[in-house]
Amino acid sequence: MINHPFSNEIYPNSPPLDSRSKEMRRLVIDALDGGGRGHLGSSMSLIEIIRVIYDDVAKHRSSEPMWEGRDRCILSKGHGCLALYAALACHNYFPREEMREFCHFPSRLGGHPERSKVPGVEASTGALGHGLSIGVGMALAARIRKRDNRVFVIMGDGEINEGSVWEAAMSASKHNLSHLTAIVDYNKIQSYGRTAEVLDLEPLLDKWRAFGFETVECDGHDVEALMKFLDAPLSESKPSMIIAHTVKGKGVAFAENDPEWHHKSRVPADQIAAMYAALAENS
Amino acid sequence: MRKTCLNMVYELAKQDERVVFVGSDLGPGVLEEMKQTMPDRYYMEGMSEQNIIGMAAGLAMEGYIPYVNTIATFITRRCFEQVAVDLCLHDLPVRLIGNGGGLVYAPLGPTHLATEDIAIMRSIPNMTIVSPSDADEMTRFMASALDWPHPIYIRLGKGGDPVVTGDQASFEIGKAVPLRAGTDIQILSSGVMSGRALAAAEMLIKKGVSAGVIHLPTIKPLDEGAVIAAAGSKMIVTLEEHFKMGGLGSAISEVLVDVNTMPELGILRIGLEDSFPLAYGSQDELMECFGLQPSAITEKINKTFQIRS
Repeated sequence: MINHPFSNEIYPNSPPLDSRSKEMRRLVIDALDGGGRGHLGSSMSLIEIIRVIYDDVAKHRSSEPMWEGRDRCILSKGHGCLALYAALACHNYFPREEMREFCHFPSRLGGHPERSKVPGVEASTGALGHGLSIGVGMALAARIRKRDNRVFVIMGDGEINEGSVWEAAMSASKHNLSHLTAIVDYNKIQSYGRTAEVLDLEPLLDKWRAFGFETVECDGHDVEALMKFLDAPLSESKPSMIIAHTVKGKGVAFAENDPEWHHKSRVPADQIAAMYAALAENS
Repeated sequence: MRKTCLNMVYELAKQDERVVFVGSDLGPGVLEEMKQTMPDRYYMEGMSEQNIIGMAAGLAMEGYIPYVNTIATFITRRCFEQVAVDLCLHDLPVRLIGNGGGLVYAPLGPTHLATEDIAIMRSIPNMTIVSPSDADEMTRFMASALDWPHPIYIRLGKGGDPVVTGDQASFEIGKAVPLRAGTDIQILSSGVMSGRALAAAEMLIKKGVSAGVIHLPTIKPLDEGAVIAAAGSKMIVTLEEHFKMGGLGSAISEVLVDVNTMPELGILRIGLEDSFPLAYGSQDELMECFGLQPSAITEKINKTFQIRS
């Protein structure tokens, strides 16, 4: 079996994490600390993707989360919700202090995000392979109403093992949903181990291209690159797919590329301290 | 019933811009006029049930009322997680129109029968289940349910079934429809079985048993008041074209157990036994195999009533 290179091997000169990227990651660690559990690796890999969408690309209003003119962003890999919560907290959808209540009764911030509970969460996800279809429906609704809002759907690499994703891909392509932008957080590791070992996705870019998407790939931690590709649809006639090569656990060196950090159900205090320290060491 | 249901989708779409139609891979020409006159609200998406349900959820989140149509077993079993999570967890007004509820697709075999559809749909919070008995009732239901704010599973019969619901003025979700008065027993049924219940009640008269018939077109939420009132008779019979496990008879039994009320002679549940059918043929022939023809129903009710009396 051939394992594909990790993303830091593909992009050895990935730019260092800046203060915003570290700020959001600290919030993720806060939640892990307060909640005593969480999908660390899966959240850390998608921080820059979420960050660029919420900081730089999407139209949205925290004072009016259901504002009709907003761009929709669905985190289809719901287990990465700590990254989404961090972005929403940074944009004042709810107080940052709530991150520490993660997974506790009666907090609204659960281990998977829920639309009915958390302002700014567009769809309740967690069961994998649902988000792209919901995004297709939202993009069709925008078209019927002649609105120009965009729909972003972020999927995990393991998630796209699900056949439903490919049903949705055909549908998005059939309807030429150019306002739909899908992103794969391609960190190369799923729960059991390497994606290449569990159910290989390659050639991933070719697959999406064959399904009718305009495709690009980039360093998923390079804010400039993400801004460039997310700023506008990649095509005027096709849905867009951005394959973002990411590092599982990015920013916490000892957790990077380690499937043991996909999810933790117990995180001792010394590990929390080590995480904050490891994050600070990034430069 | 199916034709009436789909025609009503088009009628509703003409009246209300929120109505959209989503099919899988239905027969040629389905709702052709709707397709021609409102192409942006007509979708035929192929055999991708999981995607169809998610797509309908996305449309409903944006304020639309999608009517999704395919074969009943595929709209319930194939995409159960999407129905549970995308529709029911979000509590969205999506309508699932299931063709061929029960044994309708008898010639096509067990892969196409919907004989546990009610059991699985009933298990999900926020889901409403409707099983009309005839085309007239379907028309009343469709006209009344446009603004129902929850997901609905609509179980269709074969079509051409006799009209048994008479001159009801309107359809109210969650309300029982008494079809016949009786003093000894009450037969509680839904869908096309209500017609068979009436036929059985007529035969029972000749055997000296007075049977009432209460039609329950809404299986969830169930008309609990009507069920509890029926327990005042000597015996309740439940009749369904569905596995006995988890269907209408189960729902009625649960209501009575929860209020600790039981008719004097208990409950007799008549439905499909826990096995896949071993034969093909017509819906009627499979009904006969499972003892669901009026004569067999009559015999079973009479025998049980006499033994327990």
